[in-house]
Amino acid sequence: MTDAGASADQEVVDADRRKFLTAATSATAAVGVVFAASPFIASWQPSERARALGAPVTVDLSKLELGQMIMPVWRRQPIYVFRRPPELVAQLAAHDARLKDPKSADSDQPAYATNERRSRRDDIAVLIGTCTHLGCLPKQHFEPGDALLGTDWPGGFLCPCHGSRFDLAGRVFNGSPASVNLRVPPYSFPSENVLIIGDDGTSAAQGAA
Amino acid sequence: MNKLAFVAVALLGAGGAQSVVAQEPAAPAAEAVPWPQWQAENEVSNVASLQRGFRNFMSYCAGCHSMKYVRYSRVATDLKIPTAMLKADLLPDGAAPADYIHASLQAQDGVAWFGKEPPDLSLIARSRGVDRIYRFLKTFYLDPTRPTRTNNLVLDAAAMPAVLSDLEGVKAAVFRNVDVTVAGKTTTTKELDHFVTVVPGRMSGPEFDAFLRDTVNFLDYAGEPAQVDRRSIGVWVVLFLLVFTWLAWLLKKEYWKDVH
Amino acid sequence: MASNDAEYSPGFWGWLNRRLPVEKFVREQLLEYYAPKNFNIWYFFGSLALLVLVMQLLSGIFLTMFYKVGETTSFDSVEFIMREVNYGWLLRYLHSVGASAFFVVIYLHMYRALLYGSYKAPRELLWLFGMFIYLALMAEAFMGYVLPWGNMSYWAAQVIINLFSTIPAIGPGLVEWIRGDYGVADATLNRFFSLHVVAIPLVLLLLVVLHLVALRQVGSNNPDGIEIKEHRGPDGKPLDGIPFHPYYTVKDIVGIGLFLTLFAVVVFFVPTFGNLFLEEANFEPANPLSTPEPIAPAWYFTPFYAILRAVPNQRLGALLLLIAVLAFFFLPWLDRSPVKSIRYRGWWFRGFLAAFTISFGALMWLGLKPVSPAYVNAARIFSVGYFAFFLLMPWYSRWDRVKPVPARVRFHE
Repeated sequence: MTDAGASADQEVVDADRRKFLTAATSATAAVGVVFAASPFIASWQPSERARALGAPVTVDLSKLELGQMIMPVWRRQPIYVFRRPPELVAQLAAHDARLKDPKSADSDQPAYATNERRSRRDDIAVLIGTCTHLGCLPKQHFEPGDALLGTDWPGGFLCPCHGSRFDLAGRVFNGSPASVNLRVPPYSFPSENVLIIGDDGTSAAQGAA
Repeated sequence: MNKLAFVAVALLGAGGAQSVVAQEPAAPAAEAVPWPQWQAENEVSNVASLQRGFRNFMSYCAGCHSMKYVRYSRVATDLKIPTAMLKADLLPDGAAPADYIHASLQAQDGVAWFGKEPPDLSLIARSRGVDRIYRFLKTFYLDPTRPTRTNNLVLDAAAMPAVLSDLEGVKAAVFRNVDVTVAGKTTTTKELDHFVTVVPGRMSGPEFDAFLRDTVNFLDYAGEPAQVDRRSIGVWVVLFLLVFTWLAWLLKKEYWKDVH
Repeated sequence: MASNDAEYSPGFWGWLNRRLPVEKFVREQLLEYYAPKNFNIWYFFGSLALLVLVMQLLSGIFLTMFYKVGETTSFDSVEFIMREVNYGWLLRYLHSVGASAFFVVIYLHMYRALLYGSYKAPRELLWLFGMFIYLALMAEAFMGYVLPWGNMSYWAAQVIINLFSTIPAIGPGLVEWIRGDYGVADATLNRFFSLHVVAIPLVLLLLVVLHLVALRQVGSNNPDGIEIKEHRGPDGKPLDGIPFHPYYTVKDIVGIGLFLTLFAVVVFFVPTFGNLFLEEANFEPANPLSTPEPIAPAWYFTPFYAILRAVPNQRLGALLLLIAVLAFFFLPWLDRSPVKSIRYRGWWFRGFLAAFTISFGALMWLGLKPVSPAYVNAARIFSVGYFAFFLLMPWYSRWDRVKPVPARVRFHE
């Protein structure tokens, strides 16, 4: 019980204590609010069902012919898997000058795809079939010297939405609205004719489950 | 499943035959605790027990009973089972780790063979309680009048056969008549006096109890996989709130010094 | 036009306050609102009710992001939330325990009004808004319980909706109209979802705002039942009042801390609370061919359920259930006592209130039990104790020998 005739000294002490206690309680409450908010925010992360549906996809390559492309879906994205003719792969370096990012320095791919072919193997290309401009599916124009694209066309993709062009390694041509190369998903070859998209032995690729 | 039913019926037939032959029954087990009070006493935090229970479930239950909300991969993560072991020993043919646990038995076959579809067991521990399930699995007894040749003390005229009889053995129930007087009216009911082992199983009494405890433990976990996390997070939350309340209390006392 | 008015402040604060009376509102509602200084533990539950409302809104909004309404999807989606949504189990338990916590808090909040006569003039409208909140809350809880589409959800919907068939003439047609089908079905579930998530929360928010505005207008009652505005100091402030801020903000925070601690113990360690907050039967999907045994509504409805079952006639039972709830509305006019607080009332009132309290508790317990002749007879006796409190109040509140009410409140430090 405070004395009715509280001295000025006592008032000052009280104010300091009040400020301290108010600060301590407020700080604790703020920490509590952050902790309380975290499960709500975390609930928006992909659920176990989403992660299970986003599990790696196994593709059989034994029936994939030269110049043919198949389009499995991994994590709700179309994946372009196609077999490239070796002579066209050898010529990939020839048109480096016409590309925005020939060494894939600015583009998004795993370490084993940061090369000229943008792939683990010469013959099989694995690319995410989403144009890096605004997300349409680029159409395949694998024949060199295509009528539409000109005699110096080395083979690759043309995006129908705004005209971005990519080569057989998914690298973007100068003059395209897109600014980076087509993205490469994590993948690996457990055997010659089997491709697993979404699993390259690293935990980063696997996510969870 | 057909095969299992045949085996069960054959065993029970053998058991019935044996009891007809003048064989001295085993000494009646002293029922120290009456069966309605048996308790599972399982610990959901015991991962080793859960692993054994999961194995038991896949071996003896998953043939007929699905767990449609439970993924193999989730069980493997929570029970710390390596994926390789899951795929090699526990995953049925054709199932992927991310799949939900589906029974081999088709629904229409269940109805045809047992009279009803075996229920999904994802939530059985929450809707019936582990103790009741434990008692159910432990009180199958020989009953020649039933198509499955068994009956059950917990669920009279149960459609489920005594699928664990090769482990537990086959037992007969000896009843006694008990007079119950309610509001001046006396009725006579049958009560279990004791069980009699007719055919011994591969497991001893305590071994079988442990088997059941592990299995029921797994059912408990499967009913609410988050429960162990829930309790451990809860400890921190309550401690934090106690600290906060104490600080708030000090603040309140300080300000209320003004009020006379 | 004080020189410290925020409209004249420099910078953003002045700009804001010239367009929106932010500081004026905080000043008038918190700093210049004088509340009686003798509030006791019974006065925590209003702010706690507001806290629980906010928690239910937050957890409910997030649950709606994952719940999929539909006969074939509701039950599965709740298990999806419990098992596969990150921290989904926490969202669910916050909401299910929160629903029961809401009723614990509200019943204690209402009981305070009975103890201290907080429903008496000039607070009749405040009380009526509160009673409408209670009705809306009962509807909200009932519909929310149906949404998981477990077996108890289905049968609770079946039984409660069937109560409406007792209304003369229009009953059966009304029931079909409520259900939108010939039995409780997908149509019923879907409309309950809309009402539970959108309509009733909006109504609740509106009623809570009206409730708080009405409170602000007449000022708070207190455990002595004295009107503090009748004794003002030379500065015009009530002698027995203290500014709401900082004294009651700081005190309510302690109440919130204690409440959240208890709440967390339940959510994290006993979320089903021994079959009271989440019934076993609801972990099985809805089955129109199998009624759970025993069947009972949630604990916060069971007093009224016990009264319903005590009456051998279906129509009369439903009518008595209605009267049991509506009786509260009439309290401001049934109570003829010149005195507000139980501290100064006589033994008639104390006796009837005690009988009412015991009866309410006993009826709550009986409503959870299966039907038996002994329980039905007990429910009849306690129903008498319940109704007597209201029906005889005009007389015993006048006969009561009241004690002299002091001019100033009793305050101990």
